[in-house]
Amino acid sequence: MAIIETVGIAKRYPMGKRKFTALRDIDLKIEKGEFTGIVGPSGSGKTTLLNIIGALDHPSEGSATVLGKKVESLSHKDAARLRNQRLGFIFQTYNLLPVYTVYENVELPLLLLKMNKEKRRELVETALKRVGILDKIDSKPAQLSGGERQRVSVARAMVKEPDLVLADEPTANLDVANSHNILNMMLELNRELETTFLFATHDEKVMRYLRRQITLTDGRITEDIEKEPEPVSPEEV
Amino acid sequence: MIMVTLKLALKNILGAGLRTWLNVIILSIAFVAIIFTQGFIEGMGNAIVNDMQEMLYGGGQYWHEKYDPQNPLTIDGSHGELAPKMKNMINNDKMVPILIRSGSIYVNGNSQVIQIKGIKPEQNVIELPSEHLNTESEYIPAILGSRMADKVNLKENDQATIRWRDKDGTFDAADIEVVHIMHTSVQAIDNGQIWISISKLRSMMELGDEATLTILPQGIEAPNIVASQWLYKSPDVLLQDIQNMLKTKTAGSMFMYIVLLAMGLLAIFDTQVLAIFRRKKEIGTLIALGMTRRQTILLFTIEGALHGVLGLIVGAVYGIPAFAWIANKGIKLPDMMDQFGFALSARLYPSFGLKLLLMTTLLVLGSVTIVSFLPTRRIARLEPTEALQGRGK
Repeated sequence: MAIIETVGIAKRYPMGKRKFTALRDIDLKIEKGEFTGIVGPSGSGKTTLLNIIGALDHPSEGSATVLGKKVESLSHKDAARLRNQRLGFIFQTYNLLPVYTVYENVELPLLLLKMNKEKRRELVETALKRVGILDKIDSKPAQLSGGERQRVSVARAMVKEPDLVLADEPTANLDVANSHNILNMMLELNRELETTFLFATHDEKVMRYLRRQITLTDGRITEDIEKEPEPVSPEEV
Repeated sequence: MIMVTLKLALKNILGAGLRTWLNVIILSIAFVAIIFTQGFIEGMGNAIVNDMQEMLYGGGQYWHEKYDPQNPLTIDGSHGELAPKMKNMINNDKMVPILIRSGSIYVNGNSQVIQIKGIKPEQNVIELPSEHLNTESEYIPAILGSRMADKVNLKENDQATIRWRDKDGTFDAADIEVVHIMHTSVQAIDNGQIWISISKLRSMMELGDEATLTILPQGIEAPNIVASQWLYKSPDVLLQDIQNMLKTKTAGSMFMYIVLLAMGLLAIFDTQVLAIFRRKKEIGTLIALGMTRRQTILLFTIEGALHGVLGLIVGAVYGIPAFAWIANKGIKLPDMMDQFGFALSARLYPSFGLKLLLMTTLLVLGSVTIVSFLPTRRIARLEPTEALQGRGK
């Protein structure tokens, strides 16, 4: 069963007196456990599509069903619940909260889920162990390198074991080694937990890891291919 | 959810470091200053009311129908025979009669118009030290207030001449001896007047059992005097002018603490506006992680309100010991405070009551919460997709 299904999605933004069309006629189905990327140059509509799938935005036309919920008809509260309970986000600029420690940043989604303290600690430590950054549990984001920050960001997205992780240019601010490390880790999590990953990227490194690559050009899907991932091992890096 | 939001808000404002503590310090100063100012005024009010009642108004007064303290020209005609019930009360020390006549005092060749007040030396109704009037002297024993004594340059045991007109209008004069100078905060028993024994004053004026007013002790219910020429004035009526003046002073002092509080509130408002502007990405992230806009608004409002809570805590840390010390030791008032328009003791004890503390706490917390909430309404208009990139109106 598809966990994401979009039918005829279009997105238009007002630009002065005119309207700019960011997406048009997007028909898409993504199954559980996929490791898929929406690729394309800047301005092709990747982030806009990701935001609609993440219930952060509404389509101007068409319908997007994510985990059984129609995004366009969700209230603010229901959209927040969907994001909180079933989605994970990874951002290009990590978006860690600067005054919180690594532990507190990763704990935040669990606090919103009103989980008890013991369970939260257990899940946070498991997530940090998975991304190999447990030793930095009490550090503040400012004390971490870019790669470490993105690991924390991945741990925050994965801590509640969501059905779907949406990653917007997750390696754009990372060097080659860190990019491959992060991508290997995500691939591992995908295999281990069967979490669906959907990337928005124009990074060649990310594309090597994808099992499915959907190309957007000027807001339209111009290619949708399935392929074998070609991960680069840390030793090779 | 409130607890989670509270925890996050506390982390956020403590994490903001110096910015938070500057706001907190300003608010704590406003909080302490409001309590101090109001406590000072309340203490002043209590002292004035207390002194006026102890020294002059007692538990109420009966005035002769023609007595008008605002019109000195009517003084000599505003006395009359005491009603039998009043005489009975006076004999039982449940009332004290006061006779007031106008006259002049001559000291070192200078004359000054005065009021000569007669009181029973043995009275215990008010705390005026009338027992000194029983001092043996070849002159008329007289008590002066310290302000009056300074003005006419008289000290204890000095003599002076007083002149008066008796009931028939005949001038007469005699010498007085200052047997006691009383230090009182109540100017109404001091300035421009001398106190002598009422029996002596009656004989000087050739009056019988007459008085201008009588005073009841505090805590005694006013008896029903069936005599049309005596009008009862309750303590509330007697203190009304003072209470009105106190209200005016309170309103005046409010200006100062409104300015202080406004400074604190402005700092909070500014911090909130700046926080929402600078932390758009954080707002977007919180929404992406599953916070609703309402929860985000609540978080930022609580953050602002927590400045108020911390301000109260910090204010309490240095304010409570300071208030306790001041309330115990009092504040020495300069001599010029007499010109303030009130009867003030040399040392004033501010009153920091529970009501004042609670009202000020509610005022500070309430206003800080409102000021914190106002800028957060912008969050409701923020698009999460733009906020995530640090953009948006």
